[in-house]
Formats: sequence, C-alpha cells, structure tokens
Amino acid sequence: MKTRLAIVTHLLFWTLILILGLPSAWSAEFDYQLQPKAVAPDTWVLQGRLEDFSFANGGNIVNTAFITTADGVVVIDSGPSLRYGQQLLAAIRKVSAAPIARVLITHHHPDHFLGNQAFPPASIAALPGTIQDINREGKAFAENMYRLTGDWMAGTEAMTPAAPLAPGTLEIGGHRLELLALAGHTGTDLGVFDRTTGVLFGGDLVFYQRAPTTPHARIPAWLTSLNHLAALPFQVLVPGHGPVTRDGAPLRQTRDYLLWLDQTMRDGAAAGLDMTEMLARPLPPAFRDLAVQPEEYRRSVAHLFPAAEQAVLEPAGARR
Amino acid sequence: MGWTILRHLGAWLLIGWPAWVLAADPLDSPSWEDLRKRYFAGQTVVFDEAVQVNAPVSAEDPLNVPIGVDASGLAGVQEVRVLADLNPIVEILSFQPGRAQPRLGFRVKLQQSTPVRAAARTADGVWHMGGTWVNTTGGGCTLPSTGSASADWQRRLNEVSGRIWHNAAAGPGQRVRIRIIHPMDTGLAAGIPAFFIQDLLVADASGHALMHIQGHEPVSENPLFTLDLPEGQTNLAKVRVTGRDNNGNRIDAWVTP
Ligand SMILES: [Zn+2]
Repeated sequence: MKTRLAIVTHLLFWTLILILGLPSAWSAEFDYQLQPKAVAPDTWVLQGRLEDFSFANGGNIVNTAFITTADGVVVIDSGPSLRYGQQLLAAIRKVSAAPIARVLITHHHPDHFLGNQAFPPASIAALPGTIQDINREGKAFAENMYRLTGDWMAGTEAMTPAAPLAPGTLEIGGHRLELLALAGHTGTDLGVFDRTTGVLFGGDLVFYQRAPTTPHARIPAWLTSLNHLAALPFQVLVPGHGPVTRDGAPLRQTRDYLLWLDQTMRDGAAAGLDMTEMLARPLPPAFRDLAVQPEEYRRSVAHLFPAAEQAVLEPAGARR
Repeated sequence: MGWTILRHLGAWLLIGWPAWVLAADPLDSPSWEDLRKRYFAGQTVVFDEAVQVNAPVSAEDPLNVPIGVDASGLAGVQEVRVLADLNPIVEILSFQPGRAQPRLGFRVKLQQSTPVRAAARTADGVWHMGGTWVNTTGGGCTLPSTGSASADWQRRLNEVSGRIWHNAAAGPGQRVRIRIIHPMDTGLAAGIPAFFIQDLLVADASGHALMHIQGHEPVSENPLFTLDLPEGQTNLAKVRVTGRDNNGNRIDAWVTP
C-alpha cells in the first residue's frame, strides 16, 4: 500500500517538474533571482514572495534591504540561507563597491538572519535579546529550514551577530538611523528609521498583504510597537513581508489583523470551543484574502488559543 | 487518484463477505494489520464514516495536536478507543460515555506523521472505525514535558480547573471542559520515567458517570478534555472529577459553571 502511494507521489513530483520547468531553475544553481528595487535615495529593497517556506522558493519569502552610505553599506536582514546571503551581497555589489559597514538583524526568525555567514562577522549586529534568542534557538531553526527548503540551505549554519546594538541614533556616512528597540512579533524586534530619507524598516512588526506569523507573538506588546511606528514621520514603509508602501496601510492592516485574532481567541475560549472547532472557523473576508491564509490563522490558533483557554478555565489566582 | 478507485473497488468486493475481510484500511496505513491483531483480535471491525476524527491535516505543535473524536452518529456506543498507528506509544486513550455523548476533545503528542483512528464499540460488540492522517514535523514524544523542567508542577500536580457551558457556540447541549495539571511524561525522554494520568471519572452531582477516561502516555501535558452532553440536558450544575495517575497520586475536584 505504501508502494502505491510512493508511485503516485513520484508521478506527481515529475509532473510538477514538467509543468513548472523546474529543471532550468535547478540547473541555474539555486538562483533566488534577487532584484533590488530603489525605494528612496541610497535605499534598496529585495522583496520576497508572499508564501510560506518551500522547496520551490528556497525560503525567499522575506524582505531584505540595504542603504549605500559614504561610510559603507548598511544591510537590513541577511535572508534565509547562506546562498541567499551570498546572492544578496552580489546584488549589493552591482550597486556599490563600498565595504559592508553594518548588517542589522531585526529579529531571530530564520528567514531574517541565516544569510549572516556571507557577511563580515564583526559587521553583524542585533539587539541583545535577539543575540540571546539566536544563541538559544538558531540551530534548531536552521535544521528546520533544511527540512522545509532542502538543498537551498547547503552550507548554512546559524551564526550569532557579534555586535550588540544599543537603541538610539546611529550616524553613518551621512545617514541618521534611529534604532528602535521594540517587541511583540518576538521578544525583541528592531525597527530602523532612516531620518535622512524617511524610510522606515519595520521588520516583522509589519506585514502587508500576507498574514502575520505568530510563533513567538505577544499581541499587546506588538500593538504598542505598531503605535510607536505609526507615530514616526516616515515617507516610505518597508514591511518584513509584503510590498513597500508610501503610507501607513501595512501598519493598519497588521494592527487590525492582530486585534481580530486576539478577539477571536478570547471569544472562542469564552464560548467553550475546542481547538479543532477553532481551526475549522471561517475567516472574515478582510483577512481570508491575505496570502498564506487560512494556514497562518490555523498556526496562530496553535500558538495563541491555549493561553486564551487557560484564562477562561483558570481565572488568575482563583485556585491557590 | 488511483488508490481512491481501489478503495471503492474494495468496498464493492466486500459485499457479502464476513466482516473480518474489511481489512482494506481507508487510511492506507502500513501498520493497520498489526494493530488489528494486537488490539482487536477475534473481534469485528468495520470502517464506518459515522465515527469521525477531527484533527489538523498539518499539526503546528507536535506536543499539542488537537483531536476531536465523534461517534455520536452511532447509537449505543459502549466504548471508544483512540490509536495513533505510527506513534512509539500507539494507544492514546479510551473512554466509556455515560450520560455524555460519545464525543471527546483532547490533545496528543505525536512523534511523526501518523494516522489517528478511533474505534467505537456498539452494544452488538462491533467496532466502528474512523480516522484521519495527521502530518507533523514530530518529536513530540521524546521531548521532556515543560512541567518536568519547572518546580511549579509538583505543588500543583493533579489540580483541576474547568467550566460548564449552557449555550456553547458549538452545540445545543451542555459542554464541560476540564484541565488537569500533570506533566504526562511518556518515559521516552532520556532519564524521565513515564508519568501520566491513567484513570479519570467525570460524574454529575448525584454520582452518575458522564464519562470514564483511561489515559495513556501520548495525551498532552496538562490534559484538557471537552465533553458534550446530549441536547436538552440542561440541569448539570456541577461535575466531580476523580481519578489517579500511574504513580497512585489522586485526583479529586469539583468543577462548577
Ligand atoms: Zn519573523
């Protein structure tokens, strides 16, 4: 019986390859086809696909960016793999021959830092909380990425940022970067606001047209961080996932989604729903049409519903 | 796909055959034959869509895979057994519905992708089986519980919390949800012996059983059970939860709305 399934799987596999013309993509040796787009003076963004990790996309579901300054290039996030980091560096070299001054890692999720090995170790910086989180979870994240994307990951190892960042202003080559120590998407999230160009890099505090991910989320802190970002006088907004905008729409969409998600968990727990019933719930149109739905909603149920249930079943301090 | 056709063919061929021939497992599991011999030797098992297992196709957290078993499409269910074919510990739990419906929600630890199946025995002795495949990245059974790593659980061991709903959004009858603090260690993590709730009785105020549950190691840490009463039964004021774990520690608590 297993053999029959294996044959069907094989047939499907080769059919897919024929349809998608993957052999050409593979013979192109794991080319992420990175295309930096200028979004402001000196400022370039490489937008990832609005997808989940897969063998087809090699983990390129994330936005990375770089700023060319008089004192070298500032990179924001290094991508999901060593190959990505190398190709990001090659893409930078088409624009600038200047040395890499800083690689700023926004948070410890694998698609944001596993390209670190391609860059000068001393240049890689993150907030202390992110450094701790990468030390603790980075290795397991890298292993998981091998499982999800396969050979795209060849040679990739979790490399911890060497330089701890202090929040505040970083003057570099004529750009005044404000480093914001925020939280909520994970325990530590870095926002970068370039006061010189008005570009705000939100990291994964900001998603757009793609459902937010919540494996380490604390929604109240996340909402506070979004308010903080919304108060900045930015001209261009770069989300961690999704298209770049010139308005605050991604902040509003992320906030609205998180508010809805939080309320949905509370309502479900208060109504006595079981987790399987929560998973089966239909999504409202505004959130159903985001990329990677309903998968992200269902993952979020696994992340967030247990705490909501516990709050209903076990009122704080009631049984001590 | 090919195997669906084969399954249909199989169903046609089975007409007029004794029930034990119903071995063509709709879940196409490599170990079903072994399980059938081990858990249902000499007994009649039929695959029956009246027994539903609800679970995510892809489980996000292998330590907490939500499972909903529903045999309320059958009359006179005496007992329900839940198995995960490819788990290192196959038996998940069994339950005997009393005044509650033959329906139970809970969570399990899964070590790898596996069929999860439920078999409901009706009064005539026949086991009616349904199930589903659950995909997971796995590792759920060989990880220590978080409880084992914290000092808090010993003080709170077997502490019960819960609630009773009168108008659950999920259905017209009353619903009871019960959570028990327990590490539920499988014994498969190095240096940590098996430690799990074996026996649980949920009864109404006058002592009538709503449900009797026999747990096994794969039930998730701090087990959370969802029970449903039949439609129209609205007089459940409180329930008593009694039982013990495999080390003989007692559980005894009341749950009120
Ligand atoms: Zn992230």
